[in-house]
Amino acid sequence: MRIVVCVKHVPDATGKRTFDPADNTVDRAGVDGLLSELDEYPIEEALRIAGDDGEVVVLTVGPDQALDAARKALQMGAHAAVHVCDDALAGSDAPATSLVLAKAVEKVGDSGGAVGLVLCGMASTDGAMGVVPAMLAERLGVPMLTFAAEVSVDGDLVTVRRDGDVAIETVEARLPLVVSVTDQINEPRYPSFKGIMAAKKKPVETWSLAYLGVDPNLVGLAAAWSQVEAFTARPPRSQGTVVIDEGDGGTKLADYLAAQKFI
Amino acid sequence: MNEILVLVDHVDGSVRKTTTELLTLARTLGAPSAVFIGTGIDSARATLTSYGAEKIYVLSGADLTEYLVAPKTEALAQLVKQTSPAAVLVPSTPEAREVAARLAVKTGSGLITDAVDVQPGAPGGSPLTTQSVFAGGYTVTATVPVGTPIVVVKPNAVTPEQAAGAGVEQSVEVVVSDAARTARIVKREPRTRSARPELTEAEIVVSGGRGTGGDFTDVEALADALGAAVGASRAAVDSGWYPHSYQVGQTGKTVSPQLYVATGISGAIQHRAGMQTSKTIVAVNKDADAPIFELVDFGVVGDLKSVLPQATAAIGRAQGLVQPDG
Repeated sequence: MRIVVCVKHVPDATGKRTFDPADNTVDRAGVDGLLSELDEYPIEEALRIAGDDGEVVVLTVGPDQALDAARKALQMGAHAAVHVCDDALAGSDAPATSLVLAKAVEKVGDSGGAVGLVLCGMASTDGAMGVVPAMLAERLGVPMLTFAAEVSVDGDLVTVRRDGDVAIETVEARLPLVVSVTDQINEPRYPSFKGIMAAKKKPVETWSLAYLGVDPNLVGLAAAWSQVEAFTARPPRSQGTVVIDEGDGGTKLADYLAAQKFI
Repeated sequence: MNEILVLVDHVDGSVRKTTTELLTLARTLGAPSAVFIGTGIDSARATLTSYGAEKIYVLSGADLTEYLVAPKTEALAQLVKQTSPAAVLVPSTPEAREVAARLAVKTGSGLITDAVDVQPGAPGGSPLTTQSVFAGGYTVTATVPVGTPIVVVKPNAVTPEQAAGAGVEQSVEVVVSDAARTARIVKREPRTRSARPELTEAEIVVSGGRGTGGDFTDVEALADALGAAVGASRAAVDSGWYPHSYQVGQTGKTVSPQLYVATGISGAIQHRAGMQTSKTIVAVNKDADAPIFELVDFGVVGDLKSVLPQATAAIGRAQGLVQPDG
């Protein structure tokens, strides 16, 4: 089976993430980026499901440096990468991103065989909206199973276990479909030295909006369906009182909670 | 007056607190209409009306409960078309988030997720939403210039306040396409509900991390003394010490309680993303250099194994003084 995994290149959460004051978008130039950690899980899952005879194509949308995210997936074992890169994409919101992903998934299917499964992470670690997979399914007109903690594929029937707060559910749908997976599903592998070397020879394609047949007026900041009006840095929390426990730490804690009327 | 659709979160008609928060918010924007999908409207009616629902749309049918979100989204899209609401507010559950995402594409509408506040915008324009992003490092305000603004609202965005609405009920016939009857629920095992408050809705949360060494007894005892929910750090969950549904942080739940007590948690960015917007933060940790202490209003450098039981006992005594009969 051919599997497409959608991945995102995000600013490092341990770096200084901020916004570009010129247009209120996420500053992607001033901070180191990397493959969104939550996207390692669908890559690992895709490799498992593909087995020896399947093919895993990793797909990313973003500026030049976004290719690094796809490259990491190739190092982990994905077979090929597609990078949709176009200046018109800057500032795209989730609906626009899902449109581009959908067109790219269809194009992957047109060139090299039908795509059975599209795997995504549960959310990105920067925007963290967690809505692109569902929007992608809506665009593709295929079923979607969200937040999978376990995936099994039997012929064209895909069964997913998801651990909700209210219930543990078993849900199923037939291929082709979109599945988003949680960080509970597996332990992503680290790229091996062999994997890193092999990745250098794997096919990487760069596609433009024109190649995908996407009208550039439908994407980018100007076309966004939601608009950031302002951003403000949260004032750093001023550190309060920290006491060393000298046998009365618990009592002091209770005293503080009582003074703040929590007791 | 502008109609505001509120998607009701309920379990068999038992309305969750987040819905009363959404109805309270909706009243500041226009006239709230509750959208009730599924069974149990008889149990839900009184709550919805008492929190200000002027209308209640009841959507029922086997297609809506047997299949996953696609039929619900189609139903909601039909309702949006019929009523042309000024906004749609949905709770921050995984299912509602998926409904919101699909509804946005289906109706060509902008979507805001995880709003911590929603205020009226310019007359006739989009409401102004507030979000907390980048692990609580920034506050962002946004509007939806395109379509019907769809806003996913986080729990605890407002304090629910009662205000009677007319509660005029209207059954809605839903036409579901074959294409939406695809993803099915084949098995559902309800979780046994803990007697403690629900994590994302709780006023107080007590969390344990690596420093517990796997024993949450002291954490749970303190939580129970405070009437709090219990949370866990990713380190504790990954070690198998506490279930994932209790994880606070970037890959778990985001909480914003009045009081957050972090015990044995160092305070990595991943954890801070899930709790940094709490009103008051208290920490207990052996390591005086733990980053969590940069956030705290009050901290104790010490072993939670001795600090927590002492605090729990002192709280018990204090409560005994306040409530001699209790």
